[in-house]
Amino acid sequence: MTTLGFTPDFAPRPGAAPLPRMVLAQAGAEVRATLRNGEQLLLTMIIPILLLVGFSVAPLVNVGSGARIDFVAPGILALAVMSTAFTGQAIATGFERRYGVLKRLGATPLSRAGLLLAKTCAVLAVEALQLVVICAVALALGWSPGGDPVWAVPLLLLGTAAFSGLGLLLAGTLRAEATLAAANLIYLVLLGLGGVVFPLSAFPPGVRSALDLLPISALTGGLRSVLSGGGVPGGPLLVLACWTAVTLGLAARTFRWE
Amino acid sequence: MRAVEDDTSGDPADAPAVEIRDLVKRYGRTTAVDGLSLTCARREVTAILGPNGAGKTSTLEICEGFRRPDGGTVRVLGLEPHDRALRPRVGIMLQAGGVPPAARAGEWLRTVARFHSAPLDPGALLRLLGLTEHARTPYRRLSGGQQQRLSLAAAVIGRPELVFLDEPTAGLDPQARHACWDVITALRDAGVSVVLTTHQMDEAEKLSDRVVVIDHGRVVADGTPQSLTGAERQLRFRARPGLDLDELLAALPPGSAAKESPSGHYIIEGLVGPQLLATVTAWCATEGVAAEDLRIERRTLEDVFLELTGRELR
Repeated sequence: MTTLGFTPDFAPRPGAAPLPRMVLAQAGAEVRATLRNGEQLLLTMIIPILLLVGFSVAPLVNVGSGARIDFVAPGILALAVMSTAFTGQAIATGFERRYGVLKRLGATPLSRAGLLLAKTCAVLAVEALQLVVICAVALALGWSPGGDPVWAVPLLLLGTAAFSGLGLLLAGTLRAEATLAAANLIYLVLLGLGGVVFPLSAFPPGVRSALDLLPISALTGGLRSVLSGGGVPGGPLLVLACWTAVTLGLAARTFRWE
Repeated sequence: MRAVEDDTSGDPADAPAVEIRDLVKRYGRTTAVDGLSLTCARREVTAILGPNGAGKTSTLEICEGFRRPDGGTVRVLGLEPHDRALRPRVGIMLQAGGVPPAARAGEWLRTVARFHSAPLDPGALLRLLGLTEHARTPYRRLSGGQQQRLSLAAAVIGRPELVFLDEPTAGLDPQARHACWDVITALRDAGVSVVLTTHQMDEAEKLSDRVVVIDHGRVVADGTPQSLTGAERQLRFRARPGLDLDELLAALPPGSAAKESPSGHYIIEGLVGPQLLATVTAWCATEGVAAEDLRIERRTLEDVFLELTGRELR
């Protein structure tokens, strides 16, 4: 190691950067971390694309009368939201807590609200990337979305909020390893039971009405409805709003930063 | 001419870097900090010394706003430690961790820099701390010493008024330790207040304006390194092991002490002056001993530390 005989000017000039710059800096760091992490890419990109191609090409499940891709594509969009906002965010945040990253960030001018805002921006940026790739593949497979896709936006945003709340609830209370296990398990269960690729109509009516209350079912059902010409997805939006309020409220009360 | 404010006690601009009164911190039944009081002046380097478990890190983490005290008051730059107004003004270096393991050293430092309004150039700081070649290395692949240096860089990048460094040189090789000392000295010269913990006595002795020794959660000594090592002097020499010191002691003035520790190293304590020196050399002559490395010196900080905190392992 060589000290170059050059010392920076350490004279104090303290000050916080403007909030948007801090949030962008942190969000950028989080997006880079996600895109460089192999497991995260598997979860957020590769698995959804494989399921999209597999289930729309091969007659694995009975999706009723319409084109197979028209059923599968909205489910995969919902899965993409869940994988990033819930599973990825829960695991990443759990390990940030374990490694003292959240504690260290707490000692910087970036406030906790700013950190959560940065995480939200990062999640939305990764989701935007997922949506572009998934839609491109789905369109190439012959997907023809109908109706008014504008209603997909509040569904996606509210779905992101609900799954973020669930992810932060896990990450803020469980140990990092337990968060990792629970987040993956819940991902698999919701993938199976939430109408992502297996239609909920296959379940008995009593079970189905319970499953309809899951956030993933609300998101898949809502997206399928608005992307095939359905009207305002009031029911799904209400379900997602309830999940958002409950999970974010609980996470705000229980989250431990260290 | 403006009138001089007659009450400056509440003016944070004049407040000490750190002011701690009767601080208490408990973890369950363990009292980690037990009525500790100390004041760290601005623009000085204060070293907090103490054995493992003495309460150093707890005290520092309360000052950093990470932990709440169970009793007493703490003011940092005149403010409550968890006051968010302190965050840009205070730089911290944790004992370990705090960085995402996959984050690249340079990118992480640039991210932290962007939280500040007038940060130092991350590249210059990496260069200063010998990390330029590792700028693209993920944190987890850095050696322990490199991780420490990155952490130090992040503590100072925002040009803070005060930095808390928790064992900044633990695990560093000599080159890295000297680079770290250079940074701390440069900070002090630039008017930054530095509060650090350390186990290394030479570090405290060389670097700090002030040394606070704490043990069992209390301050047991507080002063400049010179005042702590004090006026007491020792005469030391090396000779063949196993000399009989009884005769020497009889010849020395009352109140003197002589011991062999370790084997072959002799230490004479007491009123060390020309008379004592003459007595010792005369005794050496009659014993036929050629005393090597004969010297008079002050006690080291380590001697003081061991006297104050005992020799048992913690």
